[in-house]
Amino acid sequence: MRPFEYASPTSRAQAVSLLGTTWGNTEILAGGTDLLALMKDDVVSPKRVINIKEIKDLHGVSSGPRGMRIGALTALGDLADDTNVKKNYPALAEALIEAASPQIRNLATLGGNLCQRPRCWYFRNGLGLLAKNQVGKELVAAGENRYHAILGNEGPAKFVSPSTVVPVLIAYGAVVRLEGPKGKRELPLEKFFVIPKADGEREHDLSSNEVVTEVVLPPAPGLKAAHYEIRQKDAFDWPLAVAAVALQMDGSRIQSARVVLGYVAPVPWPSPEAEQSLRGQAGDEETAQKAADAALQNAKPLSSNGYKVQLARVALKRAILKAAQGGAA
Amino acid sequence: MSDDDPNVKDRDLKPDNSGVSRRDFLRISGISITLPLVANPTVVMAAGQEVAIHGPGKVPMEFSINGKKVKADLEPRVTLLDALRDHFELTGAKRVCDRGECGACTVLLEGKPAYSCSVLAIEAQGKTVTTVESLMQGGKLHPVQQAFVDNDASQCGFCTPGFVVACKALLDRHPHPTSDDIRHGLSGNLCRCGTYDGIRKAVAQVAQKGA
Amino acid sequence: MPDYAWPQAEHRTLIGKRIGRVDSPAKVSGQAKYTYDVHRPGMLYGKVLRSPYAHARIVSVDTSAAEKMSGVKAVQIVQGPGATIHWEGDEIVAVAAVDEPTAEDAVRAIKVEYQQLPHLVSDAEPPSGVGEGQGPLSMDDIDDMLDNQVPSQQMVSQIQQYGITEKPSEETLKGLKSDGATDAVLDAIRAATVHPGAGGQPKSNYQKAAAQTLGDPDKAFAEAEVVSEGVYGIPVITHCCLESHGSISEWTDADHLLTHISTQNVSGIPGQMAEPLKIPASNIRVHQDHIGGGFGSKFSPDRWGIFTAQISKKADGKPVRVMLEREAELKVAGARPSAFARVKVGAKKDGTVVAWQSESWGTGGPGGGGMPPIPYVFNVPNQRKEHTAIRNNIGPARAWRAPNHPQAAVLTMCALDDLAAKLNMDPVEFFGKNLDIAKPRGDVYGEELGIAADLMGWKQKWHPRSQKQHGLVRGVGVSFHTWGGRGHSSDCDLTIHPDGSVELKMGSQDLGTGTRTCILIVAADTLGLPIEAIQLQIGDTMYPPSGGSGGSTTIGGVSSSTRRAAVDARDALFAQVAPALNAQPDQLECVKGRVAVKGDSSRSLSWKEACSKLGAMPLTIRGKNPDKSKPPDLTSSGVGGVQMAEVEVDTETGIVKVRKMVAVQDCGLVIDLKTAESQCLGALIMGISYALFEEKVMDPSTGRMLNADMEFYRLAGLSDIPELVVKMMTGKGYDERGVIGLGEPPVISPGAAISNAVANAIGVRVPFLPLTPDRVLAALGQKAGA
Repeated sequence: MRPFEYASPTSRAQAVSLLGTTWGNTEILAGGTDLLALMKDDVVSPKRVINIKEIKDLHGVSSGPRGMRIGALTALGDLADDTNVKKNYPALAEALIEAASPQIRNLATLGGNLCQRPRCWYFRNGLGLLAKNQVGKELVAAGENRYHAILGNEGPAKFVSPSTVVPVLIAYGAVVRLEGPKGKRELPLEKFFVIPKADGEREHDLSSNEVVTEVVLPPAPGLKAAHYEIRQKDAFDWPLAVAAVALQMDGSRIQSARVVLGYVAPVPWPSPEAEQSLRGQAGDEETAQKAADAALQNAKPLSSNGYKVQLARVALKRAILKAAQGGAA
Repeated sequence: MSDDDPNVKDRDLKPDNSGVSRRDFLRISGISITLPLVANPTVVMAAGQEVAIHGPGKVPMEFSINGKKVKADLEPRVTLLDALRDHFELTGAKRVCDRGECGACTVLLEGKPAYSCSVLAIEAQGKTVTTVESLMQGGKLHPVQQAFVDNDASQCGFCTPGFVVACKALLDRHPHPTSDDIRHGLSGNLCRCGTYDGIRKAVAQVAQKGA
Repeated sequence: MPDYAWPQAEHRTLIGKRIGRVDSPAKVSGQAKYTYDVHRPGMLYGKVLRSPYAHARIVSVDTSAAEKMSGVKAVQIVQGPGATIHWEGDEIVAVAAVDEPTAEDAVRAIKVEYQQLPHLVSDAEPPSGVGEGQGPLSMDDIDDMLDNQVPSQQMVSQIQQYGITEKPSEETLKGLKSDGATDAVLDAIRAATVHPGAGGQPKSNYQKAAAQTLGDPDKAFAEAEVVSEGVYGIPVITHCCLESHGSISEWTDADHLLTHISTQNVSGIPGQMAEPLKIPASNIRVHQDHIGGGFGSKFSPDRWGIFTAQISKKADGKPVRVMLEREAELKVAGARPSAFARVKVGAKKDGTVVAWQSESWGTGGPGGGGMPPIPYVFNVPNQRKEHTAIRNNIGPARAWRAPNHPQAAVLTMCALDDLAAKLNMDPVEFFGKNLDIAKPRGDVYGEELGIAADLMGWKQKWHPRSQKQHGLVRGVGVSFHTWGGRGHSSDCDLTIHPDGSVELKMGSQDLGTGTRTCILIVAADTLGLPIEAIQLQIGDTMYPPSGGSGGSTTIGGVSSSTRRAAVDARDALFAQVAPALNAQPDQLECVKGRVAVKGDSSRSLSWKEACSKLGAMPLTIRGKNPDKSKPPDLTSSGVGGVQMAEVEVDTETGIVKVRKMVAVQDCGLVIDLKTAESQCLGALIMGISYALFEEKVMDPSTGRMLNADMEFYRLAGLSDIPELVVKMMTGKGYDERGVIGLGEPPVISPGAAISNAVANAIGVRVPFLPLTPDRVLAALGQKAGA
């Protein structure tokens, strides 16, 4: 890693004022499981690292009638163990356990999970989010794109959004809160992710001196939710496709649905097509297959990632059936 | 001091209280900023309060490792793993992938398994760090270690310390782990020689006998 | 003449039993020291500037900023202006500094100008329109072919076909010999036509060898009643040793070097460092306690081992550590060559295989690569084989556990399995029918095949290839393999002290194969002592030289030298003790910690009492292998092996899970049954990894390896591993063959067995490993006509 200054502010305001006003000079250190790797690979080279783990009010999980508030510094492992998460948002608990090894889950935070950078091997090799060589040639389409996007890939961004937990958070209706020099703001979690269109653009709606402070989940009584991921290894491995589904059932019929795909596009991919297809239907195999087909009908695979269309379809079909049949255990 | 002076030594307390100015970043953009001297932290004002800025040169650090208090002067960029191996001669934890993927560097941080390659030494201060070296007591192997020996769960042995610590953590949390507990608990450790069969048997042995 | 022969089963106390690994406690406690763990007083840390380009010429190198940096103690240009780089990651400049962060900063401050050249990093496409003209071979070309384990016969034919660029001196020929060139190759070079001045031409990326024919393949195919054709392949993978390559070198004085190095070849390192460092080999001391994996990649000090020593000299002889980072390790520290082939096989209706035709290709990096030994195990009577080696910029090849055999197994066993499917024959029956062309081990395979089938439950599990298109499907597959494994040259010194303590010294290494334990078992069994009574030292050039751990030659070598030393030491002891027991030396035996008169236990002494008869001086005996003066030969060559795999495939996702694997393996006389079984278990696991997950992914545009990390260079984790069953063949018919190596054979078959199981499960062949979901879905799609 390149040399850097290190500070441990104890308040949000301190952190915000220590952070740079443009990207590239500072980075937030939470769990460190992504940041340290990025720094060792020289993908980011901050001159100052701001450790936010001393900021007490970014920790903690609280539950009440208005839902659950999860501090951004909550470790993934602690969140997975939380009795209220297991009871009220079981698909989230499931996604958290599958998301990473125990060593990662003990360090990695929810805020960091939202902000983690893509796994795209061109990006990790220092070739940028849009994967260009020194003379600006785009590398993914003509290169090794077996793990790249099949949706939302019309522009130069071809990487897939890397969080396995975000799709199920979105399916549960999560809202993310941020704090920066202009104060606090909040937005639906799916809006936190954006597709960069030009060099210098980023994949989050986040300024360099904003801090993710918490994620809020609305109450989900009676919601039948499921998370399904497809990955090659049984041991920890990055997924090839993720599907998260939250169904409001009326007996055996689906009243309404939230469907979000992960690992298929540069952003987590809510699917209004699938949601529409599910409305009013029985929660059976035929319905699930139709919805899955609807979700992927506009997929535009690249030269080597056509199989991801099939995997995403299967992940979604299975997630729908799992949710309809009772949801996560 | 001019903006391109690479020798950042004693910086004055910033008079304004709206945070650190952009100039300060430029000060440390020079090529060589590894200071020969260990410097005390610079203090800056941020949101009306004082915050210590450590580094980029060496920072005096104090750790609690295997129950002992130890000190070292290290740059902020040194990982806990490298501090353990290169400064405290605790070479049980190994550097293999250095990216939080293979588990060979597993230690216990506040009693929980963590990849020491993914933790900066500077932030490991004030937390208990436990390495594989602490498991043997009075020349006697810990039950997890003994079970590894009994079930031939090592070949080259390079992944072994990481696995031993991960197994201990798993069995501390789940003394009678289900196969799912084992799946999840050991999903973060890799072995190239292929000792998984022996490791599974070792975990089963400890689960049966009790740790 | 003392009887060195291995004792009969009824007389063995330790040999052949399940004995725990003696270095396990050190490993589990974190006390075992590997090269990476060594800290020498005043040690400096080395880092390397590596080429970002796969093919480039170095135009200029400016190290001035690095040299001025505080904390930097030495800078060395490894490849300077004018040098040509052949793979991304190749070394340009090395820096030694007071700590790693400083060394990294220094590397970043170095400015290098490159002239990029066109690169080639692909290999899966069959080369088309490749002419046979490839130009005469330079000595560098020959060296590359040796590095890539091109078989001697092929090298000879290429040398004869293309000639050479210059006549080498006898010195050069000696160098080639020590790099592994056979006498046949050396003779071919001596007799070759010299084409001077022809070596400057840019070489083609494709190097086609002359076709090889056996029997009359055209006639045999014409008469064959069934013919099966297919394409098969196995990609470039890496060794991914967990302990990366590297060393710590220091000069104890102006002419003496001490090096700690991660190596499979302790005794062989000084000879490789002497000439480049211009000091006598006798001035170089090598030490290694433990090694974190080698798998064939760590026989040489490598260029980085040499420049580590050189940079240490520049830094006043201070110890300098250079250990490769994971990225560099995966990029430059060795790759297993790929092999692809179009294969056509013909058989009679009853399953007898009569004809083989293959056009194969593959790469081992800049050196090209040889044809794997196909058809493998089964010596099909009529054959035509053509091979094109692809020279490219993927990185240098190195021997990977059982070089060329995993490739040969996939190309052969998969092709034959497809033929069996076409005949609608159970593969066990089909292969069983062809065992007479699996000489010389046809009967061994027969026995092993039967046992494997029982252990797998083959009869219950096999079905004709599945026509089922939906859901989860299961299938089984089989593969056969062979290997040599004769014990290598090994010397050891065994010392018995008058106080009864015993020590053994040998310059060998234990890769995690159980070498230490086996040496102790042999000595202890021979001397009638418990293992704990013997102190063993290995891993230092201060000790008698013992061969490098390659070719599965270690166990045969070290057990033989130890056996001879122990027998001689025992007999020398008997000569001193006999008078005290009123007996002749040849009436004595060592048993249960005592020296006793055979058949009269009342006349015996404890080991300690017996040793006191040695007088004042310890007794030291040298044991050797080979040693024709001390028969019999305690090691031999040639093993078989049969493996079976059961898989489950999710036809909707293409994901393959291995559900069970069975390995039946012979290796002559087993010294430690526990560690032998672990070798097989480990090999099965390594096999699952390369069958399902591993491949070196290269970016065509930048020429870089894209997955030089352990997230996308995937290795199997614990929960990817199913039930594993290992059966070692021991007893009559096996024990009398002496000790034969085991390190490599069991890793040969898993890829082929798993691929065959998948074909059985889904009803169609997935041509290329690794069997990733995209490849499986593509094969299923082809089958459905989608």
